[in-house]
Amino acid sequence: MTIDRTRLPIPGADRPFRFPRIARRSLPNGLELRAVRHRAVPIVSMVLLVPGGSSVDPPDCHGLVSMTAGLLDEGSKGQSALDIADRVARIGGELDIDVGMDAVVVGVTTLDRFFETGLGLIHEIVTAPNLANDDFNRIRNLRLERLKQMKDHAGAIAERAFARVLYDSHPYGHLSLGSEPALTSMTVDVTRALHAALFTPDGSTLVVVGDRAEDELLDIAATMFDSWRPTASPMTIDRAAALTPPPASPSAGLAVIARPGAAQSELRIGHACAPRSTPDYPTLLILNSILGGEFVSRLNLNLRESKGYTYGVRTGFNLRRGIGPFVMQTSVGTDVTGPAIHEALNEIRAIADARPATPDEVRQAFASLSKGYPRGFETAGQVARSVAQLALHNLADTYFEEFVPRLAQVTAADVGAAAQQYLPSDRMSVVIVGDLDKIHGALPGLGLGPHHVLTTDF
Amino acid sequence: MQIPHTKRTLSNGLDVIVHEDHQLPMVAVNIWYHVGSKNERPGRTGFAHLFEHLMFEGSEHHDHGYFPPLQRAGGLLNGSTSVDRTNYWEVVPTGALDLALWMESDRMGYLLPALTDQKFNNQRDVVLNERRQNYENRPYGLAGIALSSAMFSPDHPYHWPTIGSAEDIRAARLDHVREFFQNYYHPANASLSLAGDVETEQALELAEQYFGSLPAGPKVDRVRVDATLAENASLVMEDRVELPRLYISWHSPAMFGVDDAELDIVADVLAHGKTSRLYKTLVYERRVATDVSAYQNSREMGGVFQIACTAAAGVALPELNTAILTAVMELGNSGPTAAEIERGIAQTEAQFIYRLQTIGGFGGKGDQLNAYNTWVGNPGYFDADRQRYFDVTSSGAAAAVTRWLVKAPSVSLSVVPRGSRELALPGAAEVRVS
Repeated sequence: MTIDRTRLPIPGADRPFRFPRIARRSLPNGLELRAVRHRAVPIVSMVLLVPGGSSVDPPDCHGLVSMTAGLLDEGSKGQSALDIADRVARIGGELDIDVGMDAVVVGVTTLDRFFETGLGLIHEIVTAPNLANDDFNRIRNLRLERLKQMKDHAGAIAERAFARVLYDSHPYGHLSLGSEPALTSMTVDVTRALHAALFTPDGSTLVVVGDRAEDELLDIAATMFDSWRPTASPMTIDRAAALTPPPASPSAGLAVIARPGAAQSELRIGHACAPRSTPDYPTLLILNSILGGEFVSRLNLNLRESKGYTYGVRTGFNLRRGIGPFVMQTSVGTDVTGPAIHEALNEIRAIADARPATPDEVRQAFASLSKGYPRGFETAGQVARSVAQLALHNLADTYFEEFVPRLAQVTAADVGAAAQQYLPSDRMSVVIVGDLDKIHGALPGLGLGPHHVLTTDF
Repeated sequence: MQIPHTKRTLSNGLDVIVHEDHQLPMVAVNIWYHVGSKNERPGRTGFAHLFEHLMFEGSEHHDHGYFPPLQRAGGLLNGSTSVDRTNYWEVVPTGALDLALWMESDRMGYLLPALTDQKFNNQRDVVLNERRQNYENRPYGLAGIALSSAMFSPDHPYHWPTIGSAEDIRAARLDHVREFFQNYYHPANASLSLAGDVETEQALELAEQYFGSLPAGPKVDRVRVDATLAENASLVMEDRVELPRLYISWHSPAMFGVDDAELDIVADVLAHGKTSRLYKTLVYERRVATDVSAYQNSREMGGVFQIACTAAAGVALPELNTAILTAVMELGNSGPTAAEIERGIAQTEAQFIYRLQTIGGFGGKGDQLNAYNTWVGNPGYFDADRQRYFDVTSSGAAAAVTRWLVKAPSVSLSVVPRGSRELALPGAAEVRVS
């Protein structure tokens, strides 16, 4: 049979996919358990989600949550960091501790036969870390050196400056690693106080995923974590602080961090946009896909495929429990910095005004997002993290199966209205990390007013 | 343990490998061309990678870009180029398998008629931006280029980096593309795998339909150049960094060669995790370093064993150099302990099982089947590969360390903050990368 090369084959119908069925149980100590049976390879994945990430850092102690979380696997129950590392290695396990703005997530992935050992490790490091002074000093020094190294990294500088410009002293205005002065004045006692205040069973969620009956997964988790009790702390943390609105306007419309001799300009454009709870979330996913969320988005086709200004450009609505940012990020040639920003701002303005999303673009974005959706549930680790996200944002257990039908309702008119509401061009801030002497001349033409020069005080 | 599969070679020489896994309603299409930057020549470096970009710009019967139809169908796709091979993959919903095969086969058979100067010039700019973003504007980003250049003589194909020199990329011309495509991009130099929600017989038929009529190209002679290093070399490079870092590189076995698995385990013993010897000594106990890594980068013609260690503030690199060489010497004398071997094997076992979790993408099952097929001619090499690690003994690892590291010359590179040459190894020669 010969192939008809005059037209592309039309994809056939989607095959049905069963999204994870979530079993749940609540423990008397307040810990929420979730279990999912995942029939694939004999691997189990478990994550403990503790709400309150770097946004609960005390205002004078940025970096405390990350520092404390980072100490969890540096010694527990009187044993050393090396003992923990050895136990993880002996089960071929992967242990991660992620500190986001909204939550700390402690996760272990291991072989099915080591399920209990892996879960026991999470239990031990979360409930009985040593938080010893010597380990504290060691890890603090490593973090101070990492902060120093970040001064060399254009992307890291841009992230930090962008958060500061949009959020200032709001809990989302600093990154989890914190600052040099805060780390320098921090003490191990403060990490102990934070540990007791933050790592409590009440409010936390443990998700276990593997190829075992849900009841068995839940029983093992319940037995392990039933005796977890909070301890008294001299510190109070404010999980609601992140929910307060960020500053009404950014501290700068155009901010530059000078990097003499830089080979490229690292860019961030965006504003403090919306919380994850916005009912327009599905509409924003479609809008993002069209504007800058995919290779074939307007921004990438313009800046990369048409102009050759960059290796790639991406946008995202990084929505959080509080108001999270919309951000466009890219890195462009120094000599085209002005034109690249000009084009980017034009695209962002146009989708809210002169060239709104067309019904065809909306159909394409919907197809792309919906047909690819099952890919996110392939591994036990992906499933565990997705279920933890539901817990963080108070989403229903039926969220996954309702996602595509909900997305299907989004119309071009919805996307147009969302672009006007969520991409206000007069609120967009531009952050540039680049060779100021060389790009200086292009800045006034951007129409963003005078530029503010920021330093890299980490 | 195995990735169950069926392999068939079409009459034009294309290897087709099918693996069924019906967990997701998705199929992973993966194709390897056995061509990388090692098939380039001096003055035309960076070409294999630039070519990979052009493969996404449309082909004769669909000249509108490669991404849109596949993303619209819910597909995820990408490609990459190394010194030894170039790969392309799509993960698509089952119903879009025909579409993916249509497009892959069109760009294998009919790329050139759609190539224009405009596309070529645009992608050349994109690649120059990629080079600036990932190498020039990144701390320590040029170290790897400096090391390869010192490890291999100018006529050895591993001398130049896969991204190429900026000068060569600027000088690349469209007529080079034709020759390159005709030599390397054809069924007899490729391996296609379909992994996921497909029936084996149907998948083989589809492969025959879409690819069977494409003509086989010329036989590609394997590049074989021996690499030698006459004596130790010590280099220094100033960079926009806060902390100095020391790199030490040795020539090492080719992939799957004798001692390759041993040196993989040795790399873990030296620098993987807190219990590894160098992390424990330098970062955990003495606190003179902030991080350390080691890996056996095994490639087709020969490998490189590399250790990299970043100094803590105020520490000069000679101190790290002494500690690293002492640790290497000790491993050569006594080999890993029983506990270290046991840990290494437990981690290896788990890593091989983790590799069975995904059908597609870089490192997924489809990619692994093509890798084994391309390197050893046998997509079923998974178990034999794993067995190599289970067979590693302490004395075998010690012998490998002695042969490849202790008794062999090395290249060291000190990357230091601008104006802080005194932190480098003494006597190091300055090196510049443009």
